[in-house]
Amino acid sequence: MGPFLETLFGGLMVGMLYSLVALGFVLIFKASGVFNFAQGAMVLFAALAMARFAEWIPQWTGLHDKFVANALAFAAAIVVMVALAWVIQKLVLGRLVNQEGITLLMATLGITYFLEGLGQVAFGNDIYKLDVGLPKDPLFLFEKTFSGGILVNQEDLAAALIAAVLVAALALFFQKTATGRALRAVADDHQAAQSVGIPLDRIWVIVWSVAGIVALVAGIVWGSKLGVQFSLSLVALKALPVVILGGLTSVPGAIVGGLLIGVGEKLSEIYIGPHLGGGIEIWFAYVLALLFLLVRPQGLFGEKIIDRV
Amino acid sequence: MTLETLKRIAVAGALVAAGAAALVTAPSALAQAKEQFFPLLVYRTGPYAPNGTPWANGKQDYLKLINARDGGINGVKAVWEECETGYATDRGVECYERLKGKGASFFDPQATGITFALTEKVPNDKIPLLTLGYGLSAAQDGTAFKWNFPLMGSYWTGSDIIIQAIAKKEGGFDKLKGKKIALVYHDSPFGKEPIPLLQERAKMHGFELQLLPVTAPGVEQKATWLQVRQSRPDYVLLWGWGVMNSTALKEAVATGYPRDKMYGVWWSGAEPDVKDVGEAAKGYNALALNTSGQQPKVIQDILKYVHDKGQGTGPREEVGSILYTRGVIIQMLGVEAVRRAQERFGKGKVMTGEQVRWGFENLALDQKKLDSLGFAGVLRPLSTSCADHMGSTWARIETWDGSKWTMTSDFMQADEQIIKPMVKTAAEKYLSDKKLTRRTPADCQT
Amino acid sequence: MLYRENGQFKTSYRSDQQIFPILQDRLAIGVLLLLAFVAVPLAAPEYMLRAILTPFLILSLAALGLNLLVGYCGQISLGTGAFMAVGAYAAYNAMVRVDGMPLLVALLLGGLCATAVGALFGIPSLRIKGLYLAVATLAAQFFADWAFLRIPAFTNNSSSGSVSVARLSFFGLPIESPAQKYLFCLAILAVFALLAKNIVRSHLGREWMAIRDMDVAAEVIGIRPVHAKLTAFAVSSFVVGVAGALWGFVHLGSWEPAAFSIDRSFQLLFMIIIGGLGSIMGSFFGAAFIVMLPVLLDQLPAWLGVPISTATSSNLQFMIFGALIVFFLIAEPHGLARLWSIGKEKLRLWPFPH
Repeated sequence: MGPFLETLFGGLMVGMLYSLVALGFVLIFKASGVFNFAQGAMVLFAALAMARFAEWIPQWTGLHDKFVANALAFAAAIVVMVALAWVIQKLVLGRLVNQEGITLLMATLGITYFLEGLGQVAFGNDIYKLDVGLPKDPLFLFEKTFSGGILVNQEDLAAALIAAVLVAALALFFQKTATGRALRAVADDHQAAQSVGIPLDRIWVIVWSVAGIVALVAGIVWGSKLGVQFSLSLVALKALPVVILGGLTSVPGAIVGGLLIGVGEKLSEIYIGPHLGGGIEIWFAYVLALLFLLVRPQGLFGEKIIDRV
Repeated sequence: MTLETLKRIAVAGALVAAGAAALVTAPSALAQAKEQFFPLLVYRTGPYAPNGTPWANGKQDYLKLINARDGGINGVKAVWEECETGYATDRGVECYERLKGKGASFFDPQATGITFALTEKVPNDKIPLLTLGYGLSAAQDGTAFKWNFPLMGSYWTGSDIIIQAIAKKEGGFDKLKGKKIALVYHDSPFGKEPIPLLQERAKMHGFELQLLPVTAPGVEQKATWLQVRQSRPDYVLLWGWGVMNSTALKEAVATGYPRDKMYGVWWSGAEPDVKDVGEAAKGYNALALNTSGQQPKVIQDILKYVHDKGQGTGPREEVGSILYTRGVIIQMLGVEAVRRAQERFGKGKVMTGEQVRWGFENLALDQKKLDSLGFAGVLRPLSTSCADHMGSTWARIETWDGSKWTMTSDFMQADEQIIKPMVKTAAEKYLSDKKLTRRTPADCQT
Repeated sequence: MLYRENGQFKTSYRSDQQIFPILQDRLAIGVLLLLAFVAVPLAAPEYMLRAILTPFLILSLAALGLNLLVGYCGQISLGTGAFMAVGAYAAYNAMVRVDGMPLLVALLLGGLCATAVGALFGIPSLRIKGLYLAVATLAAQFFADWAFLRIPAFTNNSSSGSVSVARLSFFGLPIESPAQKYLFCLAILAVFALLAKNIVRSHLGREWMAIRDMDVAAEVIGIRPVHAKLTAFAVSSFVVGVAGALWGFVHLGSWEPAAFSIDRSFQLLFMIIIGGLGSIMGSFFGAAFIVMLPVLLDQLPAWLGVPISTATSSNLQFMIFGALIVFFLIAEPHGLARLWSIGKEKLRLWPFPH
């Protein structure tokens, strides 16, 4: 029972981390209908920016307090991501309005390659440390009930809390502020929103900026766990099944999908994996998502696809 | 014509021009006379770059040293060209094809996957393949693998030495019975290579071997280490590369597995792997093929003749680190093979790949020679022959003390009684699969 | 003036329906084939044949297969690398386990196995559409990645997971030199291109295009979606499987599962998007573009005379690659094939403006 609970908790927390990345996908798809394959590269780019600025700011300004350096680096990274959003909107999306889904998908793939190259040219190829003070030691709960206790990874727990706070903040943003309402209007119907006077260009820059900030938070959390280096962009591949399981247009879907995929992945690796030789995590997540899709082709919480002839 | 169509035609025209230009581009001319060409296959980008970069820098710096300090190899200047492979086999093959025609002396692919691919090609192109401490373990048998040189060790010798070290710690091979040893390995030819030897040892001594593959590039190890925690092996062997190493150590910390029970292969025991984790990785052990530090004479020379003159390939702080030094050693072995070839085929002349191969097969680097080259204390003496393309099967254990690596054991030698039969069987299988024959004794003389 | 069909009258349905109805087109294709089969192997340098032309041929074949599925039938698939891997490993097993297996038969068997796997992973397309299907096909990709590493039977129990083939021969003719390999791939590509062109002009191809354009309407008029979609997956996977087998056997010689990873799938998708979806010609253009680009970018520093480190050069290549993809999609979203057809349209009127 103990190991099972351990795996379950571990899966739930890792699932929250996936949801964090999946949120970026959902935000952009909801508002502009673009499936942003570059989300992984954005996570990497944002994390690199933060890690390197955190290193460079003490060198440039002489401030050696870690907290101040991190805070300034965070702010600088946000500026970078907003600038990136603006550039993408202006140079890429603005000129690909009304193209087919697959063309937009390929454009974001092109952006992925560009960002990965740019990130490494600007910030370097090494593994960079990102230390925002997340605790690294394991926590053992219920040691009396289960031998050895239940392992709870403190870093993952903190990350899950951060993800939850972020989702709550986003929910508030969407429900209570005028910009949030405008975003929801654009997500609903582009033309109607435009006819009411909502500037689509500006909205899309805002959406990509918000997605960029979400990518930054995801990058900080994952980067703190794994170290900031090239493979960070591959977490996007782990977040894809989450996105399609939950539904491309649903924020609660991203959360629920994340939890399901996280738990499914870890349970399968530990209980089914040894019989198959191990290493089944990645494809199992996709197969799981696939099975759910066979039942609900638009994802658990996604909008029903209505075909008109 | 509208602006739109003009734009489109411009795009098309540009493409055609570029295409035509590329078609007429021939690869650059052959190396000039009196220049020995060393192709350098490297990866400075991608998930394995943190470990590949110091290795590449070491190789290049040594060549610069040879030119700056010695004026070349008996007067023949060294020239080189780097080609980025990104650890990908197809890019590696493409780099090989591009560089082989320039008079390549030898290739060090820096990757086991690329090694397997090139092993098929080098017999036709007659260029030796130096795979120090990696690659095909069976290639130790020189009569079957004429062109492969896994100098200083393979994954079979390495894993054998780790088991010996563990047995020593436990107090004898008989104490291994009933224990559990887990292998956390990179799911690729590199990671799978030690498995046959570990299974052989497990059979011999009665310990249980648990295999835990990690999908490349190795960032996803949470489930692996949860399994480690649940099955509680007595020891964990780490066979990783690049980011997989530091991730493994971080996960070991996160699941509370004692780091002093972890033993890594010599590719999992360098500074980039533990720097991030720092103090928390204290006690982690790894195989060591070479020492590190800026004391050895050759490193001092590199600092003096290359870095002080502003010619250093990488940052100065990196000089003398473990992988950097290994790169220096690899290039030194190549240069010595050329030098040895020159002794037979003409001093002061440019050597072909075939001649360099003979040089590799007849290396005799004893302690005196190593000292004169400036490598005193860095590596053990090695000497190769027609049948033995490995030269030395010694290594020792180093341990991370939180801030640096220190040697914590004597040199141990892999047990040839176990390895030789395995090498023979594997070589036989390879030869029969490819319908090749063993080399004749006469062939050993060429 | 030159490209006019004045005086070319068709007197039978057969001649009216031929692939190249215009004489000038037939002449041009004839010259092209002559150049490709005769002039290039004789004149081209070995490096060009081995490193540029042969991969171009094999990848155009794969792009052709993918275009049948994505361009003609509208089912987005990101798992092409997996089908190539199945083709390669199946052909390898056929070669190694059966003594004296002819090369061509092994390749075709590889294709057939890929067909079976493709049809299997195509079943979700009956229920899932669009981007959801694209991501679901990644399941095939990752499953194949894992299967070829884990199941020793597929790699003939090789301890390392890496396999290789040597000494290929086609009906007694050796396929060892770059020119021979090039000709072999060219021959296979020519045959498959002809077959593909005819399939898309047949009723099967029209079924696919109907499903692509409006699948509900197609069902209403009596086209069975199951038949259309699964045959699309099957035929596409067959072509891709043969291409994969060629890639492993002829181009690489020795490979591991990482040779058919997700990057390969993306690369093929780029080829058909840049080349032009739903166009046989487009597959070739796209493959040429994607194969030439890294070579060009590699030579760029040498031309410009600017010494930059391999790391920077490699990263810059990524950046330029990505930027060019985006540029292309903006400039011509329908791909190079559309540019080509516009060119031909203009040529028909030349030298008159309209």
